[in-house]
Amino acid sequence: MTPADRETAPSSPPGLEGDTALWVAGVSKTFRAGHRRVPALQNVSFRVRQGTVTGLIGPDGAGKTTLMRLAAGLMAPDSGTITILGKDATAQSMAVQSSIGYMPQRFGLYEDLTVQENLDLYADLQGVPEPARPARYRDLIHMAGLAPFTARLAGQLSGGMKQKLGLACALVRQPPLLLLDEPTVGVDPLSRRELWSIVYRLVREQGTGVLLSTAYLDEAERCDEVVLLHDGQFLEQGAPAALREPMRGRTYAVTAADVPTRSLQAVLAQAPGVLDALVQGDHIRLVMENDAPPDLGALLPGVKGAELAAVAPRFEDGFVALLKRRAGGETARRPVTAAAPRPAEPGRPVIEVNDLQRRFGSFYAVKGVTFAVSRGEVFGLLGANGAGKSTTFRMLCGLLPASGGNLRVAGVDLRYAAAAARARIGYMSQKFSLYANLSVAENLRFFSGAYGLSGTRGAGRMDWALEEFALAPMAESVSGDLSLGHKQQLALACALMHEPDILFLDEPTSGVDPLARRKFWSRINGLAETGVTVMVTTHFMEEAEYCDRLAIMAAGEILTMGTPAEVKGKARSSALPEPTMEDAFVGLIQTHARQGAAA
Amino acid sequence: MWKRIFALMIKEFLALLKDKPSRFVLIGPPLIQLMVFGYAATFDLKHASYAVLNEDPGFVSRDLAAAFRGSPSFTQVAQLTHEGEIAPLIDRKAALMVVRIGPRFSADLLSGHPAPVQIIVDGRNSNTALLTVNYARAIVDRFNRDWAAAHGGNRFPAHVETRAWFNPNLESRWFFVPGIVGLLTLVVTMLVTALSVAREREQGTFDQLLVTPLRPAEILIGKALPGFLIGVAEATLIVLVAVFWFDVPLLGSLLTLYTGILLFLVSAVGVGLMISSLAVTQQQGLLGAFFFLVPAIILSGFATPIANMPPLVQDITLLNPMRYFLAVLRGVFLEGTPFRLLIHQFWPMAVIGVVALAIAGWLFRHRMY
Amino acid sequence: MSGEIRPHRGGTAPPGSGKMRLRGLIRKEFLQIVRDPSSIAIAFLMPLVLLLLFGYGVSLDSEHIPLALVVEQPSADTASFTAAFHKSRYFRPSLFLDTRAAEEAMMAGRVNAVVVLRQDFARRLRQPDGAPIQLILNGVDANTAQIISGYVQGAWGKWLEQTALERGQSLRTPVRMEQRIWFNSELRSRNFLVPGLVAVIMTLIGALLTAMVMAREWERGTMEALLVTPLAMGEVILGKLIPYFILGMGGLALSVTMAIWLFDVPLRGSLWVLLAASALFLLTALGMGLLISTLTKSQFVAGQVAIIATFLPAFILSGFIFDINSMPGIVQTITHMVAARYYVAILQTLFLAGNEWSVILPNALALALLAVIFLGLTRKKARKRLE
Repeated sequence: MTPADRETAPSSPPGLEGDTALWVAGVSKTFRAGHRRVPALQNVSFRVRQGTVTGLIGPDGAGKTTLMRLAAGLMAPDSGTITILGKDATAQSMAVQSSIGYMPQRFGLYEDLTVQENLDLYADLQGVPEPARPARYRDLIHMAGLAPFTARLAGQLSGGMKQKLGLACALVRQPPLLLLDEPTVGVDPLSRRELWSIVYRLVREQGTGVLLSTAYLDEAERCDEVVLLHDGQFLEQGAPAALREPMRGRTYAVTAADVPTRSLQAVLAQAPGVLDALVQGDHIRLVMENDAPPDLGALLPGVKGAELAAVAPRFEDGFVALLKRRAGGETARRPVTAAAPRPAEPGRPVIEVNDLQRRFGSFYAVKGVTFAVSRGEVFGLLGANGAGKSTTFRMLCGLLPASGGNLRVAGVDLRYAAAAARARIGYMSQKFSLYANLSVAENLRFFSGAYGLSGTRGAGRMDWALEEFALAPMAESVSGDLSLGHKQQLALACALMHEPDILFLDEPTSGVDPLARRKFWSRINGLAETGVTVMVTTHFMEEAEYCDRLAIMAAGEILTMGTPAEVKGKARSSALPEPTMEDAFVGLIQTHARQGAAA
Repeated sequence: MWKRIFALMIKEFLALLKDKPSRFVLIGPPLIQLMVFGYAATFDLKHASYAVLNEDPGFVSRDLAAAFRGSPSFTQVAQLTHEGEIAPLIDRKAALMVVRIGPRFSADLLSGHPAPVQIIVDGRNSNTALLTVNYARAIVDRFNRDWAAAHGGNRFPAHVETRAWFNPNLESRWFFVPGIVGLLTLVVTMLVTALSVAREREQGTFDQLLVTPLRPAEILIGKALPGFLIGVAEATLIVLVAVFWFDVPLLGSLLTLYTGILLFLVSAVGVGLMISSLAVTQQQGLLGAFFFLVPAIILSGFATPIANMPPLVQDITLLNPMRYFLAVLRGVFLEGTPFRLLIHQFWPMAVIGVVALAIAGWLFRHRMY
Repeated sequence: MSGEIRPHRGGTAPPGSGKMRLRGLIRKEFLQIVRDPSSIAIAFLMPLVLLLLFGYGVSLDSEHIPLALVVEQPSADTASFTAAFHKSRYFRPSLFLDTRAAEEAMMAGRVNAVVVLRQDFARRLRQPDGAPIQLILNGVDANTAQIISGYVQGAWGKWLEQTALERGQSLRTPVRMEQRIWFNSELRSRNFLVPGLVAVIMTLIGALLTAMVMAREWERGTMEALLVTPLAMGEVILGKLIPYFILGMGGLALSVTMAIWLFDVPLRGSLWVLLAASALFLLTALGMGLLISTLTKSQFVAGQVAIIATFLPAFILSGFIFDINSMPGIVQTITHMVAARYYVAILQTLFLAGNEWSVILPNALALALLAVIFLGLTRKKARKRLE
């Protein structure tokens, strides 16, 4: 953009109301990856009003972080303008930065500084005058509930406390506009709720404008307004209800006593007129394409005893409808599974864990974890970052020795078992770890070689992977340049090359959009039906619904275990007749904390 | 088993050589450094600057001054006229040496008295100073011999005849260029291997690798071979440049040379992989490589002889694979040392390599993080 | 970015003073240094260990050189000649009776030189042509060979004088060379190597300190948070430079102290000039580290560049060990880009010669210029932008 272009851009938006805190007008931004140009944002426009919370909603790679950085003056847009409190974010970035509060992903804290020192640093940098500080600190520390910890190093705080300290640092100079980039990722639901209540107090008491990005669709409903981004494009802006309400009368719960929920879901997802079908513990959540009441007989031919009950619509339903409309007629095809159902092995469970411990120094990352998973079961470990999920996983896969207790996967401890035993498991790690500078085909070829697949079998599996995961068109692309959804597909393909009968999935859907997540889970369901045992970790509460059974973990311990319905049932009360998984989680953590305090 | 190793090896090669910048890092800097260092690393005195203060009116002193002027080792930068000019000249490093011929030089010489000539040398670089004195003495000696031959008498009862084996002109480049082969091979091998495990740990792909049926030994071989092969290629390239560009004679057998190169690479790759599997992040891997490279090079005998070190430091160098490799390189290149005389250099490299590789393989599964 | 607008200059003045922000940054950096011992280890432990190891290990002073003395027919004359070698601290002679055995010892690397006195040595001593003394050198290490040759010549000269004296005559050399070696009369190589080592080690430390801390801020995501505050980019650079400058000066002071007290290198110049020159050099070294980490931002590339661009050039092209004047013209030109070369020149002069301004000033000026270039480029390339 040349200076001349900038001059022709309007210096003050026409018809702008006085309460606009942030105005994004026709912003585009392109990044260079090697020789290619990757558009991150295309002609995005929206407004954030003073005294409201606007949620920037979209999956990873939608452009949320780019937009946040543009607004904070950390990047310059290729075209379009961003106006913050009447100032241009690019041309007057210094002035803008003096008036906003910004919390980057991972909170921007110095972990080797104490809580107080972090606050002091940001007060210095933001130019908070010395005399004003004691009162301001008192307010912030009280607000964040950090009073007992001011002398503790930030690195030793829990995820939730770090998040609140990050927020306190961003607020040290009472900014009129607050930008929060994914403040709730990986934080436990209780801390998330506390963050939201702090944000709303700010908005109500001080009229702060807040722009908050999140990939959690359930958080959208807490915003005054949402801005939906997808693949760098602006989809819609409005109140969450505006997206949710059109779906009213189109959402149902389906149960069928004789049919397993997973089979039921598979059939329903393919049925005509169905927009979306999701496994929700013991029932299927059905979203129809239009208001006409569904005909169960037509949807589930030959199934008896199926029942249909209307349920309230959710924000996610509206989002999925929007995405499907954009994607066009393409429906999530039921993936063909390659392997035929395996004969059942009676007797012992496939995964057995007994009183498992893992200590790092004096700190217990995992203590006394016990569970068992049987063949063909989808078992979930649910918890916030740092709850001990990944540590448990790494011990099961033989990557980390246990400090105590015992574990068996397919009858052996993988850490000490012969290498051949590892050929029975498939593993998909966090962040879809692939060789980023290798092409898709090279990655697949490597993993098929690493599992010793040779000649025709290897070639056959390569073809299968490229076909089954629709990766053929990008077989020669460098895998680091793929979109997150495709990376996830590729990672799963690599983990399935050798047709394992036990599958370990560590945060397999983190950050991908709802459609990709549905595709992923329908594939997992298909695998489970053929007898593959699946173990999965997640911090998305709603994903727990896909599991046959799940365990909720916090601070290295299992708080509860059971089917999704059982777990939710524990939180049922007169005040909460239909508790969500998150309600159940929050309730458990609170009970646990009370017990801890009492003990 | 070999199929799995082969798959891993192909992957490592692709990861190392796929994109242009990483290919460049392996070829460009080593070649540039070979050229620059090949010329820079020298102890030969050439065109050393000197000045003459000739207070003698006689003609003999002019002959002596001419003898200095005729030497290719020296270049005259000034003709001084009085003593006071000497100190400033040397102090500001304008001249390395001042030849001072006293007022009675010709008279003494002609009357048969020893005629003193004073050589004042800047001792800031003691090695250069020592060489300067040696060269000056050689010139004066030749002058004396010629004088004695022309004027009779005054012969020495004995004289020294010097011959140098292996390097008749005592060119220090012949000494340093083979050393640079070792130096750059080490640097490249470390760059290739010291990050290979750390990078995978940081990106999370190492876990992925460990859950495949690949055994630690197989991962070790798959990771070691690419660094090893790249090292062989790199060493070959540098040897070619040394022989055909720098004209360093290669007297020994290629078999002996490559035995040394292969064993050295085993030890270098082993140490690189060991550092890499100790490191959790690439940053740590790089620091580790750095902390190994610096002493390995400085205490290898590359520039200063190991024999000059105190016994304790000499013992420490026994752990340095570079030290053995340099002995092999110089022996094979310049002396044509046969295989059997180098066995004492070969086995320590093999031991270092095997021990380091074993530790690396053990660390794959046992490093906690 | 094509728009040549400097956005951070625009807009209204940020609240608070630059002094307060800078103070905050510096305090933060010091707290981090105290909490995370790795930078203290790099600044203090590294020079200590490296200087100890290299200060003792790196030496060009050959003493006790293994030497084969071949005396084919012992006599009183040969005995007086060999005695000259036995007395010298430079040699560790071993006697052989025939040349072949001595040559084999040299082939096997047990001796570095062979001195042969033939059968007819005693007889030819009395003849007008004089007796030849054969010196065979192992020329592989040409430098050591030169040094040995010099020492043998010296021993021979001493023996000549002594024999002349014993016969009651003075040795009548036509021209007698008197050598005066200034600044380092004993020619201790440590006197010039240790100051050079200080320069090489500080180059490493400067690059490592800054390259590491910048990469850390990017990696942990704190840089992003810093950039969104009203900090000016110059303040960010100063905030890094000042603490590590102070830390680096500590390490430097330690090295200089060790050079003087442990390695007995005489300091003939003024300590203050030394400190000033060191400060200047440290600025250059830190500036180079900052520039590398600003330009690359990826720690992987930063590390590779640091290894290739700092250690080997400082080792080979700084004049620390190889005399720059002996290098070919093009290579001499290249050495002008190596900051360490100027510092090595200043150190060697300050330690051994004294406050010799004609050497110090031009080199200090070159250092200052490099510091300005490095820091200026860093300032220019460092943007408050994440692109």
